[in-house]
Amino acid sequence: MAAVPSREVARRVFAREFNDASYTFKESDDERAPVYLLLPTGERANRIFLVGTLTETEDVGEDSEYWQGRVVDPNGDTFFMYAGQYQPDAASMLRELEPPAYVSVVGKPRTYETDDGEVNVSVRPESITTVGEATRDRWVVETAERTIDRIQEYQAAETEDGAAVDEYVRMAREEYDLSVENYRRAATEALESLEADDEQVEASP
Amino acid sequence: MPPIENDAEAVRAMTDLRTQAEEIHEQFSDQLEISVDDVHERLETLVEEYKVPVDEARRSVTSTYLDEAGMDREELSGGGGNEQVQVSDVDAAEEWVDLTAKVVELWEPNSDAVAQVGLLGDETGTIKFTKWSKSDLPELEDGEVYHLRNVVTDEYQGRFSVKLNRTTVIEDADEEIEVGDDDTTVEGALVDIQSGSGLIKRCPEEDCTRVLQNGRCSEHGEAEGEFDLRIKGVLDDGEDVHEVIFDKAATEDFTGITLEEAKEMAMDALDTTVVADKMRKETLGRYYRVTGPTFSRYVLADEVEELDGPVDAEETLIKARSI
Repeated sequence: MAAVPSREVARRVFAREFNDASYTFKESDDERAPVYLLLPTGERANRIFLVGTLTETEDVGEDSEYWQGRVVDPNGDTFFMYAGQYQPDAASMLRELEPPAYVSVVGKPRTYETDDGEVNVSVRPESITTVGEATRDRWVVETAERTIDRIQEYQAAETEDGAAVDEYVRMAREEYDLSVENYRRAATEALESLEADDEQVEASP
Repeated sequence: MPPIENDAEAVRAMTDLRTQAEEIHEQFSDQLEISVDDVHERLETLVEEYKVPVDEARRSVTSTYLDEAGMDREELSGGGGNEQVQVSDVDAAEEWVDLTAKVVELWEPNSDAVAQVGLLGDETGTIKFTKWSKSDLPELEDGEVYHLRNVVTDEYQGRFSVKLNRTTVIEDADEEIEVGDDDTTVEGALVDIQSGSGLIKRCPEEDCTRVLQNGRCSEHGEAEGEFDLRIKGVLDDGEDVHEVIFDKAATEDFTGITLEEAKEMAMDALDTTVVADKMRKETLGRYYRVTGPTFSRYVLADEVEELDGPVDAEETLIKARSI
């Protein structure tokens, strides 16, 4: 059943890990082959799904409109997104939305190299919608779960022999010199912020 | 095989060959595009020209067809006991199996070659069955439970079915079966509502329900079209994607937009795409649980529930702290 190319899964990742990623690759020579961003915990991402607080929007375009949006996760880390004339729906959402607001974003990772040789990563949104707090909370728990799963896979590779190691874990170990402990902490802190919210609600008269 | 002594004997041998050919043909009719004449000709060549005994000729011809069909001799009907399977176990085509199942639905056959067609069910789910006219089998009755021995599995676009053939043995089963539903439940964030969703037009030709593209049906050309509502969506849980289809009723329930309202919206805007745009705005990026039967790679949405209740972070937190 090679006829229908399968749709790329939207990965769940906190901004801290996403912004540490910089290595991109293709898995075939085909010009239209999907480009993957390698997550530091050892997973490929051609699409991500995130929910957070839209804190700021700005038209940073020169000749035509080019909207930047900042979406912050519970750790205070920021996803940057850019939408221009080729993402008309997302661009008009960024034009119209009044921060702060909870938003869901489906989008593709994009990387660009700055003048001083640093690689920055951002999101090119396919869709942006406003959502409620319950959706945001569900995303936080889900993203923590997926992050923990990836970390466990990554750590398991330390005791397994070469052949059994997941290829993206191996790739992450080769391409990055990062400690996955940071991402475990990001997951823990994000979950703790939900717990703290609950306690506040319970403590209020 | 004694030498043929007279004309009567010769005629008997020839008729015998014809019968043998028919039997071999029956064994392969579901696997190979062959005619009784093809089989007969091969047998005749071996027997008449090469003077091979009929038994040996039959064996040789059968082997040839087994090779062509990529089958083992054990797979041939009458080749001993089949595996007794349950409906949900059927996961490959061209296997000979035995089933005990209840007739859940009988449909109108759309070809004279088909005597009966419908759904069989057991505790594990339902499966389509086809009974060929030429197989000359007794009539199956709606709601009755049968032991079916020697049925062949088949597959079309990812869906499995069973075929009852001339070698199938049908016995009344003196038992009741509680037919299980084979609904699937999928969960995830709705990450896409694909093109071809919202207010669409379908081809009005009889039995054609194709969606018109720019007022054209891919089969029947230019058409006026009849309005309908549909959503083709994608649920994504971060590990897998599930494609879901909402029909008119499910779309109306899910979005709160009726077909009439959708038509008015499109009329006001002079554009049908406003309907899907509104649906996207109100449903994308939220979590849902969808239950319904599967068709090919789609889940047909019967029940939809938004997952907007409180979530428990405690368990995940314990896990996060422990690794």
